[in-house]
Amino acid sequence: MSTIAAPTKPPMIERRVAGVSRPGITRLTAVELRKMTDTRAGFWLLVTIGLGYVALAVIMLFAADPADLTFRNLFQMMMIPSGVLLPVLGILAVTSEWTQRTALTTFTLVPERSRVAVAKLLAAIALAVASVAVSVAVAAAGNVVGSALFDGDGAWNLGGAILPLSLLAQVINIVMGVAFGMLLMNSALAIVVYFMLPTVWGVVGQMVKALQTPAQWLDLGVTMQPLLEGSMPGQAWAKLATASAVWVLLPLAAGWTRLLRREVS
Amino acid sequence: MISVEHLTKRYGAHTAVDGVTFTCEPGTVTGFLGPNGAGKSTTMRMICGLTPPSDGSATVRGVPYRRLPNPGREIGVLLDASAQHPGRTGREVLALAAQTMGVDRGRVGELLDLVGLNATAAKRRVRAYSLGMRQRLGIAMAMLGDPRILILDEPANGLDPEGIFWMRGVLRDFADRGGTVLLSSHLLREVEAVADRLVVIGGGRIVAAGTKDELLASSGVRVRGLDPDKLEWALTTAGVAVARTADGALVAQADAETVGRVAAAAAAVLLELRPADGGGLEQLFLTLTAGQTVKEAVK
Repeated sequence: MSTIAAPTKPPMIERRVAGVSRPGITRLTAVELRKMTDTRAGFWLLVTIGLGYVALAVIMLFAADPADLTFRNLFQMMMIPSGVLLPVLGILAVTSEWTQRTALTTFTLVPERSRVAVAKLLAAIALAVASVAVSVAVAAAGNVVGSALFDGDGAWNLGGAILPLSLLAQVINIVMGVAFGMLLMNSALAIVVYFMLPTVWGVVGQMVKALQTPAQWLDLGVTMQPLLEGSMPGQAWAKLATASAVWVLLPLAAGWTRLLRREVS
Repeated sequence: MISVEHLTKRYGAHTAVDGVTFTCEPGTVTGFLGPNGAGKSTTMRMICGLTPPSDGSATVRGVPYRRLPNPGREIGVLLDASAQHPGRTGREVLALAAQTMGVDRGRVGELLDLVGLNATAAKRRVRAYSLGMRQRLGIAMAMLGDPRILILDEPANGLDPEGIFWMRGVLRDFADRGGTVLLSSHLLREVEAVADRLVVIGGGRIVAAGTKDELLASSGVRVRGLDPDKLEWALTTAGVAVARTADGALVAQADAETVGRVAAAAAAVLLELRPADGGGLEQLFLTLTAGQTVKEAVK
């Protein structure tokens, strides 16, 4: 090559080190939140959850006994759509990376895979917090309308620790979704197993006599019930911790290991 | 600068990549050539830390890829253009990458312009993109972080002739400004036009490596005669190694004078006599592909 010929564009200069700093976990969490909501599936799941809140509030206004139209009862009802659908968002946040093969881009840009996993968990928790906040708002609106137009009781007392305990329930649910997604790495499989396995276990636990005592400790649905009712009496915490360890922490640990090791192609 | 040392990947008894060693220097385009299944993509995935190697190592600017703090700002990677979420728009795909890397959002528009995806295309979901458009989007993403190195796996797949010509220009310009490019292909002609150096891989091993001029120079002369059989016989008898090409010409491993004298002595009429352009490399390439087909047939 001739040394006289000048390049058409200025040569690249070595960049300052500051320009290539590691993306912070806050930024990665924001990216993961955006990825959970910027696809059609994610967007419509969120819309469905929101519509679910409104629909349940309307049904309660028309169908419930006016004495039951309280802030607390409305709020408890709101926990149903998020409890069912938020975990699906958690599952898809991980599995879509593999089924849509976006893991190739994700792990090329952030090779430290555990940071991506942490960001996904934080994004899932943020979504659970946001969903509880929206339920509070919809329940409050329902309560105002109930007492004004439907002769409802209209009591504002939530009572006990129902707000933080319900939030904990939603966090456990969505984290379990993320864990199942990490472990199974396939959307359809993870969703089916997420819904089927605890149900099957619940049915078996009730039917087989010898399993009835362990089922009280290992059925996540049963042990989470007190959370949604707002009080944790006696052994409730111990039971919840045991069931969560089996259904959430165990799959999370196994899934985490699998996520770090799997070859991306 | 990319440095690959003795990179090996075994899947059970099958060795996909076997002791591959090469370097890519700043200011050059390295063409990574090989038939399908030769181990190109596996090698590239190992360089990018996506596949753990069984043996050997690869570094980018002296550091293993997985230890780069923000790789997108130093090395642009396009390994598979179709590995994109079909439900996101082209612009959204780039915006997500820009956010991850901490690149100014304005770069997204600049890159969309650079790769020729207009406003309408940018707003459409990737599902509706042709393979050529996905390649353009992938090249935009690779260049988004303003890197000094590019690794592109079969980027010309699905591009139309105009697109291929455009991409050559982009890569040539990138290298001329001091960038490092590693570009893979299974088509010799495609890489020949832009690469300075070639690394040819077959069956997981490097079978030829060097500057393009070196590799093409060793390819002998192309000679075509009125009676190809007579010419081939004459040359073989004179001890010149010959190979017949698809169009009936011969590639002889000798200089033009030797071939001319042999032909004159045998009274064979010549229609063409000139340096074979890449014919030797093409022969090597055909041998590799043929070997693979035979292997597959045996399996």
